[in-house]
Amino acid sequence: MAISLMEGNEAIAWGAFEAGCRFYAGYPITPATTIFNTMLRLLPPAGGICIQGEDEIASIGSCLGASMAGLKVMTATSGPGLSLYSEHISFAIGSEIPIVITVVQRLGPSTGSATRGADGDIQFMRWGNSGGLPIIALAPSDVRDCFVLTIHAFNLAEEFRCPVFVASNKEVSMTKEGVDIKAVERPGIIDRATPPSGVPFLPFDVAPSRSVPYFLPIGSDFPVRQTSSTHGPDGYITTDPGQIARNQARLRVKLLSAVERFSFHEAFLEKGADTLVLTYGVTARAAKDVYQKFKQTASPVSLLVLKTLWPVPETLIREKAREAKRVIVLEMNDGQYVREVRRILPEKQVDFYGKMNGKLLTPLEIQEVISND
Amino acid sequence: MTSLLNKERPPVFCPGCTHDRIAKVLDSTYQHMGLKGNQIAMVSDIGCSGLFDTFFHTHAFHGLHGRALTYATGMKLAHPELNVIVTMGDGGMGIGGAHFLSACRRNLNLTLLVLNNFNFGMTGGQFSATTPPDAVVGSGFLNELERPMDVCKVAVSAGATYVTRCSAYRKDLAEELERAIRHDGFSVIDIWGICVGRYAKKNRLTPKKIDETLSALPPVEGVVEENQRKEYGKHYREEAGTRKTVPLPSGIEPECTPPGKTRQEIIILGDAGQRIITAGDLLCFAGLSAGLRVTQKNEYNITVLRGPSISEVILSPDEILFTGIETPSVVIAIGQEGVNRRAQLFDRLHPGTLVIRADDVAIPETAARTVTVDFKAQSIRAPERALASLGILARLETAINISMLTAALKDRFREPILSSSLDLVRRAGQNAES
Repeated sequence: MAISLMEGNEAIAWGAFEAGCRFYAGYPITPATTIFNTMLRLLPPAGGICIQGEDEIASIGSCLGASMAGLKVMTATSGPGLSLYSEHISFAIGSEIPIVITVVQRLGPSTGSATRGADGDIQFMRWGNSGGLPIIALAPSDVRDCFVLTIHAFNLAEEFRCPVFVASNKEVSMTKEGVDIKAVERPGIIDRATPPSGVPFLPFDVAPSRSVPYFLPIGSDFPVRQTSSTHGPDGYITTDPGQIARNQARLRVKLLSAVERFSFHEAFLEKGADTLVLTYGVTARAAKDVYQKFKQTASPVSLLVLKTLWPVPETLIREKAREAKRVIVLEMNDGQYVREVRRILPEKQVDFYGKMNGKLLTPLEIQEVISND
Repeated sequence: MTSLLNKERPPVFCPGCTHDRIAKVLDSTYQHMGLKGNQIAMVSDIGCSGLFDTFFHTHAFHGLHGRALTYATGMKLAHPELNVIVTMGDGGMGIGGAHFLSACRRNLNLTLLVLNNFNFGMTGGQFSATTPPDAVVGSGFLNELERPMDVCKVAVSAGATYVTRCSAYRKDLAEELERAIRHDGFSVIDIWGICVGRYAKKNRLTPKKIDETLSALPPVEGVVEENQRKEYGKHYREEAGTRKTVPLPSGIEPECTPPGKTRQEIIILGDAGQRIITAGDLLCFAGLSAGLRVTQKNEYNITVLRGPSISEVILSPDEILFTGIETPSVVIAIGQEGVNRRAQLFDRLHPGTLVIRADDVAIPETAARTVTVDFKAQSIRAPERALASLGILARLETAINISMLTAALKDRFREPILSSSLDLVRRAGQNAES
């Protein structure tokens, strides 16, 4: 049992590679650069492509081109780059281009602090697109999560043909841990569905049994159209309000109706616990310490660690919060995801604790929050 | 050959628009080259030039303004056999300038047709990157204040290997397009035309006027000799083919016995350039060699060879959850900048904490047990202090021991670095005893 020392970013790169990623384009930015460094070691010898874009717009743009040519693609950045990704995130949502986008969050706003962690872009990932349609975001807490959730991210991008975010944080991505990466249980690999033969192909036609169009790559025998314009099943501009509305609804429902299948989480529910601590990302680690401490006392607390953040796993949160009178949401920001928790648990007391100073939430701070109700 | 024009979607340009003519000429080029629709990808962005992809029965990718070259780059690298034809307007040249420069520098085998009609036709005739200052356009006086960009000069200076400036009315345009498509590298054709719907309404522009203007400029035609070099995609695959496959990290076997059974939290406070992060790595590998759980997080400024460098390492027989360190069991203070950054830490230390301090580094008052080391007296240089401190730590059997540190060094270093590192550790360790 040989244990290797790996940082979160390396694990993300390895997860991408094992998921079949063969195209990576990125622009250097702390704390995401080591993903680029690792992809540059992994992809070229394996026949893949890793390039450094002239900026973030070009990086994600070339990913979209490569994805439509049939490759599994990833790009990675931090807040300032995520800002520049916006137009192409919207494109990937509306035109159903599979892509994994890793956002290694750092303290904002703006260029903020390059080497300090935060979870300040959680709502930005969800809403930083024109049109407001949903995306998928998964949040790792440790190196193992980085590896496994990145594989899941590729599977989801392939299955649902949408952008999938790996919502990391400097404190997860650039923290090294001992991990037996070879022994980690991998999910099976999913590839985008190709159309059955013999049926005329329309690039955005959706079979009655499906919620996502079949995929043929640009470069296949049959000419394929891709467009950022509002389109009908044939990939040409449409002005038919009925057709437009149906497509917009499908883009929303294909994710919202499926989230229960990929509501990744860890739940530690204690009998008789009045308080449920709900968190994600690196803060889950401190929260687990606190959970274990309270478990030894007369008044234990429950803990729910979300690893799927978007779409909001509403059913899961309601179910795990059922016994709780009080829910405490912990975040490394000024209160972003707590808005979702308050929205879906209107009958509960939902408290928030977070900070935005580049420092981790500590077990001691969390303990105090729990004790002071 | 059959036409690739989409009969169900004929061009919808203004009557007399040059774009209409270029679409038909491009079709005749495709026919002459014997290309089928599935051998071509037409990539376009926004504006009237962005309609091009819809008129052809080819692969098509239509995206955001100025970004066509970015999509084309990914597509061509993924699919080298495709003929990737990019249409952009003079508007796209402005907003996508960085992508244009990069495409020229890269020399990936793409063909860029700049449908240059000197204004933003679709949005109301505003000025673009190529609008002459004396033109009357939809941006008031603003174009009078800016100088138009010479697309071809920029392309040549940025390294494009095939550049042509011509009129859309040029008689052999079809042949010229074919030469550009057949060129094995990035080719740019700056095609001057007339926007009848906007620009030509207030500016007298005719095919003859275009010819006159072009003939007054130095000709730019075809292969740029001084820029000739390998095509990017081929060059990339050539280089990639020489790289060795990288295996999953193999890890280190837990063969040593740790000096104790308690969780150890170690902070190394140093300056940039003192190999602090490497020492943190070594501590982790030493921990792994004894079957311990390990985490390491580092802090540094954006400066490279200046500023503090701090590594925080936890070694524990139990699972490590919270990765922060509140009250360390060991502090290695070997650089003033690192110490200053974490000065408040020393007040919290208790007598059970071990501080290894370089004698030229001042630390705040502390209750911790302090070992002061004169590195200079032992001829230990600044970049060696961190590793030397690990040698002291190992000799004191605190957090790690000699067998763990030796295992870590053997895993990380090859000769001759390994021997010199082992020697440094041994020398520094003697210091701990004295």
